[in-house]
Amino acid sequence: MNTPAVATRAERRSLSDWFADPFRRPRFLATVTWVYLAWSLLPLLVSIRISFNEGRSRSSFQGWSLDWWTGPGDSALHNPDLANAMKNSLTLGLFTTLIATPIGVALAIGLARWRGYGRRPANLLMLVPLVTPELVMGSALLLVFTTMFTSIGLGRDAQLIGHVTFTISYVVVITRGRLFTIGRDVEEAAQDLGATPMQAIRTVLLPLLGPAIFASLMITFATSIDDFVISSWLSQDIKTETVPMRIYQSARKAPTPSINAMATMMMLITFVAIALAMWIPRWLHRGGNSGSDSAVQDFAALDL
Amino acid sequence: MTALDPPRVTNPAQATFRFGRRGIAEWRAARPPRALWPFLASPGVLWLCAFFVVPFYAVLAMAGGTLDEFATPIPEWNPVAWNGEQILDAFRSVLPGGTNWNPMRRTVVYVVIALALCFVIAYPVAYYVARKAGRNKGLLLLLLLAPFWINYLMRMLAWINLLQTDGYVNDVLDPLPFVDPSEWLSGRSSTLILGLVYGYIPFLLLPLYAALDRIDGRLIEASRDLGIGPFRTFCQVTLPASRQGLLAAGAITALPMFGDYYTQDLLSRSPRTQMLGNQIEDALQQGASKQLGAGLVIVLSTFLTVLMAYYLWSTNRAAQEVR
Repeated sequence: MNTPAVATRAERRSLSDWFADPFRRPRFLATVTWVYLAWSLLPLLVSIRISFNEGRSRSSFQGWSLDWWTGPGDSALHNPDLANAMKNSLTLGLFTTLIATPIGVALAIGLARWRGYGRRPANLLMLVPLVTPELVMGSALLLVFTTMFTSIGLGRDAQLIGHVTFTISYVVVITRGRLFTIGRDVEEAAQDLGATPMQAIRTVLLPLLGPAIFASLMITFATSIDDFVISSWLSQDIKTETVPMRIYQSARKAPTPSINAMATMMMLITFVAIALAMWIPRWLHRGGNSGSDSAVQDFAALDL
Repeated sequence: MTALDPPRVTNPAQATFRFGRRGIAEWRAARPPRALWPFLASPGVLWLCAFFVVPFYAVLAMAGGTLDEFATPIPEWNPVAWNGEQILDAFRSVLPGGTNWNPMRRTVVYVVIALALCFVIAYPVAYYVARKAGRNKGLLLLLLLAPFWINYLMRMLAWINLLQTDGYVNDVLDPLPFVDPSEWLSGRSSTLILGLVYGYIPFLLLPLYAALDRIDGRLIEASRDLGIGPFRTFCQVTLPASRQGLLAAGAITALPMFGDYYTQDLLSRSPRTQMLGNQIEDALQQGASKQLGAGLVIVLSTFLTVLMAYYLWSTNRAAQEVR
């Protein structure tokens, strides 16, 4: 670690070096990186700024107001279509999380400990949804709900089932990373002390898995409210529209920034969920090695 | 029965079953918990069978199905009666001369160009953040991760805002010579490719970052110490060491790109830029021809199986090396 004074001097020197030879590595790499970051984030900042416009323009800045967020009439909170879309997204995300997390955690524990016939096919069955393009999964689900499971049909139930189907694998991947680091020792110790396997899972393994389960809850929620393809293929009508679907429907049509306000609102909710997933386990296990970092990284490394 | 309990029997071969509650508890404790793990996995496995495997069967049934007297498509549930010729027709339609040849060709061209651009942009960025960022690493990672969690549609919306005819992109380009401000959002392949690169580059950056971060720095130092120049070190040490991660990252980015249809719908919406995903969406969601649509889903899945298998194989291998 440098002391601040040294760091400043080093920075000053690197700046003069840069003037002497701007393309000396890693200045070139640093420039590419910052240009990339600007390109990747500036359009979003413009889009967010537009949501605070006073006027109706969606292509330029026009004053400041919260009209498109909370104002009466056409705003993210009061336009019935937008409010309905947000309600649908949040409800869907909540129920998906509540169903997918327990199923996924049980599947992860089962797959990690299961020896013998059936483990490999089950493992493959868990992995394939991670690499299946959503278009393929969405169209397959559409066909099955319109021809075979007609009693469920299209609509909220189908959307919920679809979301659970593609999020289970994420939960398994996050939980599995943590399971490998825990190992079997503590569980075997519990069983040597007289616990049944089920008791060992309940009293020893599940508390240790806490951070991973928490990360799964939040990431499942964030993934679900961000999903467009599955929700869209399994939607019935405007009543079952979610936020990404609303953006898709009106991005080229809607004349007002209220759509930007709604998108920004959902972005903030996702960020809060992700921030909670990263920081709460760390905060709960202050001092200890929480492992939530590795859980999020495992997930990031496998899929996105 | 003695007053003292016998020690708990842990070897199932020696277990003698006793009746009563205590007997059952003893038997449970002694029994190797083999059945417990499949039991725990069963809800997930059953769920995925019902809502992942069965839907694929429904796709096959629809692709090989028939029409009833009102010309409504009817799935054929008996595999023996599937109309194989009809499924083959879907495959033929994406070959040169077929009705879907153009969308198929465009899909491949767009994805290949977009993926190449993604690599060109993402490799230096990932390399810098993983190996050279120093004190800024945490902040840079956070900024790299941000788009990852921002809704894809919102990110496209941001570009729609910018690319409007009276938008900021034209404002910036206006004073430049040789560039005429134009309609970016009506059927330009360049806009669509920009959208694909912008949309999918985070999916490439993150695994690429992970792969480059894992490289042992001592290898690179050793190469430099032996007097090898930076360029040759990169070609002979860094690149081969990150090759596996590079290919896996490319596969996981290309997969959703091949199934993309909404980027085209949002940024172009012109028949001249239709991709295979758009044909599938038209056929299935608009209901134009469900059987052809289902057939195209099979074509796309078959086409992508290679990429999927490669990705699963390589991550599996990487996981085994770590353990």
